[in-house]
Amino acid sequence: MDHTHPLLQELARLYPPERLLTRTAQLAAYESDALTAFHQRPEAVVLAESQEEVIETVRLCHRHRVPFVARGSGTSLSGGSLPVAEGIVIALNRLNRILRLDPDQRLAVVEPGVVNLHVSQAAEPHGLYYAPDPSSQPICTIGGNVAFNSGGAHCLKYGMTSNHVLGIKAVLPDGEVVHLGGESLEGVGPDWTGFFVGCEGLFGIALEITLRLLPLPETFRTVLAAYDSLEAAGHAVSAVIASGLLPGAMEIMDRLAIQAAEVGAQAGYPRTEALLIVELEGEEVAVEAEFAQLLQVIQGTQPVEVRTAQGGDERARIWKGRKAAFSAVGRLAPDYIVQDGVVPRSKLGEALAAISALSREYGIPVANVFHAGDGNLHPLILFDGREPGALERAEELAGKILDLCIHLGGSITGEHGVGVEKRSFLPRMFGPTEMALMHRVRRAVDGRELANRGKMLAIGE
Amino acid sequence: MIREVISIQTVPALQDAVRAQPRLHVRGGGSKPALSTPPAGATLLDLSGLAGVLEYEPEEFTFTALAGTPVAQVQEMLAEQGQYLPFDPPLAQARATLGGVVAAGTNGPGRFRYGGVRDFLIGVRFVDGQGELVRGGGKVVKNAAGFDFPKLFVGSLGSLGVLAEVTFKVFPEPLAYASLGVDLPDLDALLPLLFRLGRSPFDLHALDFHPVEPGGSAAGWRLWVRLGGLASTLGPRLDKLRAFLGQGEPVTGGQESVHWQGMLDFTWQPEGTALVKVPVTPQGIPALDEALARAGADRRYSVGGNLAWVAWPGKLALLAELLQAYGLTGLVLRGGDGSPGPWLGALPGGVFAQRVKGVLDPEGKFGPV
Ligand SMILES: Cc1cc2nc3c(=O)[nH]c(=O)nc-3n(C[C@H](O)[C@H](O)[C@H](O)COP(=O)(O)OP(=O)(O)OC[C@H]3O[C@@H](n4cnc5c(N)ncnc54)[C@H](O)[C@@H]3O)c2cc1C
Repeated sequence: MDHTHPLLQELARLYPPERLLTRTAQLAAYESDALTAFHQRPEAVVLAESQEEVIETVRLCHRHRVPFVARGSGTSLSGGSLPVAEGIVIALNRLNRILRLDPDQRLAVVEPGVVNLHVSQAAEPHGLYYAPDPSSQPICTIGGNVAFNSGGAHCLKYGMTSNHVLGIKAVLPDGEVVHLGGESLEGVGPDWTGFFVGCEGLFGIALEITLRLLPLPETFRTVLAAYDSLEAAGHAVSAVIASGLLPGAMEIMDRLAIQAAEVGAQAGYPRTEALLIVELEGEEVAVEAEFAQLLQVIQGTQPVEVRTAQGGDERARIWKGRKAAFSAVGRLAPDYIVQDGVVPRSKLGEALAAISALSREYGIPVANVFHAGDGNLHPLILFDGREPGALERAEELAGKILDLCIHLGGSITGEHGVGVEKRSFLPRMFGPTEMALMHRVRRAVDGRELANRGKMLAIGE
Repeated sequence: MIREVISIQTVPALQDAVRAQPRLHVRGGGSKPALSTPPAGATLLDLSGLAGVLEYEPEEFTFTALAGTPVAQVQEMLAEQGQYLPFDPPLAQARATLGGVVAAGTNGPGRFRYGGVRDFLIGVRFVDGQGELVRGGGKVVKNAAGFDFPKLFVGSLGSLGVLAEVTFKVFPEPLAYASLGVDLPDLDALLPLLFRLGRSPFDLHALDFHPVEPGGSAAGWRLWVRLGGLASTLGPRLDKLRAFLGQGEPVTGGQESVHWQGMLDFTWQPEGTALVKVPVTPQGIPALDEALARAGADRRYSVGGNLAWVAWPGKLALLAELLQAYGLTGLVLRGGDGSPGPWLGALPGGVFAQRVKGVLDPEGKFGPV
């Protein structure tokens, strides 16, 4: 495609030059998302500033049969916002207005480029917040969260993105605009909003999203327990669950991840084999009573050390270390792959033992940080991309971990999506009937396979 | 009229029936007759025999059961492990089945705390319009792989396929409950209080309200606030709540559970009326309520003012008109003159819905969407 391509000419009429990027140097920043092992230069990037521009751009792409990729902040870890060859990127960061914040009805209507954390910040003066809290929340966008049904550390109790989206206005891949859901927590008819969430952009671009807000908990109690093995920490999770408590979050980090968090955030964590973070939240009276129960349960699991945080500062420090662990791992090795598999909670110990065996077999270090409460593993596979074959071996190891998750009855992704990275694993988790149906649904919505072509589903099958 | 009824006992039999019949309608336990009565010309599939729990792992917070399994049976099983279905399915006593609850998309007052059936259904197996058995979602509590088919079946009324098997996420159940009843003169006094509560850090298990005098509103309103948790904490929490509201009468023990159970069984619904679910927003309630009161319809507002249960005394066509005027949609669960229905008002989803429907039910065997 050169600049005489009719699509580019039409886009040039729609966008001023500073918002239509076509030069190699301008495009470089858009070649990858946070899965940096993959690159693809798009033909052009448009920096949309209004919903109308997005709709018009999608219509033009449809007319000219040019594939497009929506992009929020490009923090996808599965290659979701990787451009496609001969396609354009529709950057949505500038659609970043909170259109309405209704504290009485506890909802916010936002444009897709609004940063996740900004919703909570805007809601805070009203005693409210937006619950899903991916570690990337200071940068990732609600549009990206919707596409991937993103999660976070606090999903055990209140669920992932889809549990907090009430309505979506979207442009379908052929330019039709639809309104799904609304402002009520309840609905009648199939839950089209829920079906759109997690579609990885294949059903089109979300233009306006109605989010449910929750009241800020009165208090938090955070416990940090150190164990001399990952298995022991895993057993502690089972013990907490068996006790009937429902914590807001339960996270585990292993030695390497602890080390990374220390380097990255000086969290002051105990140096040990495994750390368990459990957080209770809610009304003070209730949390105090549950906290006493929690401590008793934890004491029964042979921890080597237990620390508790009450004040905001201590709590913030514990979470800072945990949330920085991903990026901080970058300091332990030149490159890393973040995996995102799910296993049944009771299989956590088995899964971790198998992962460390794989790590030894491949001679590749693997750090583990994970949402233990919902069995969501995040093995961080460390390698040096300059060594010949290192990336391939790391990917092979990552693949073995996904196979393990499928084998244990889990999922190949808990929150990062299939993207391009795990596309070949989806048919291992689902059978041919399911895959065929997904392809048919996709083609019914997007006959030309223009939206995020090659993500989640292989092309033209 | 004599209609053909096929009693389904196994999943392959379900597939055969779907393949063989040109038009189908599904019945679970028959607790919502307006939804399970087949239209003329459709074969009725009775799924109450496709029942049984297949897996239950209390530690995983999940269970899998065949779609015709009675909700009450599951609730009993969960209660033995101190767990429950947090969306608080209504009509369990009337033999509602899991599949029926999903297809109807019905939630009880407890939905306010953690979410609705859409938030707790994590996996399905369904038979599509071509008789294929398809799996969607999974059996783990967190899963973002592939299109989210389970969501699609919530509220689908069997229009996209027949559910054969469902997997739910469950939670530990609060050990005890206590409520506060607050009497208020009118909605103008009630709603500000509701909003203030909604922004407060109280962990409310349920938040409902209704006019004191059935069908009217002159006698004032009652707001019901429910708390759940460790028994020892409920007293102080209730005190704090009362101090916050500046009024309210604690309701505990048997009286408390009878009230909330009555909400699930719709014991308040007058004879001869149609029971209609209407999703609403709290701010939209005053206008709607005035019209309902004028028509003499008894009603209860649930889920913090997001759900209206209307007992409609007259012709459903009039209610359909009324809802349309307010941009609302309703779903008739039982009673009424059968027409229009079960949906009152425009179906949501637009072209997106039509495209997906065309794939799942290409021959139009199931009802409209
Ligand atoms: C350090 C780090 C930590 C992370 N931690 C977490 C975590 O804890 N939990 C978690 O779930 N994820 C996490 N992620 C992954 C990532 O942040 C999420 O997937 C996030 O939702 C992506 O948002 P984004 O704005 O960057 O989207 P992008 O990467 O730009 O896009 C993601 C996908 O969404 C599509 N898309 C974007 N906008 C729209 C729209 N408006 N309509 C339709 N499709 C759209 C894109 O085409 C792409 O397929 C982490 C990433 C990093 C780098």
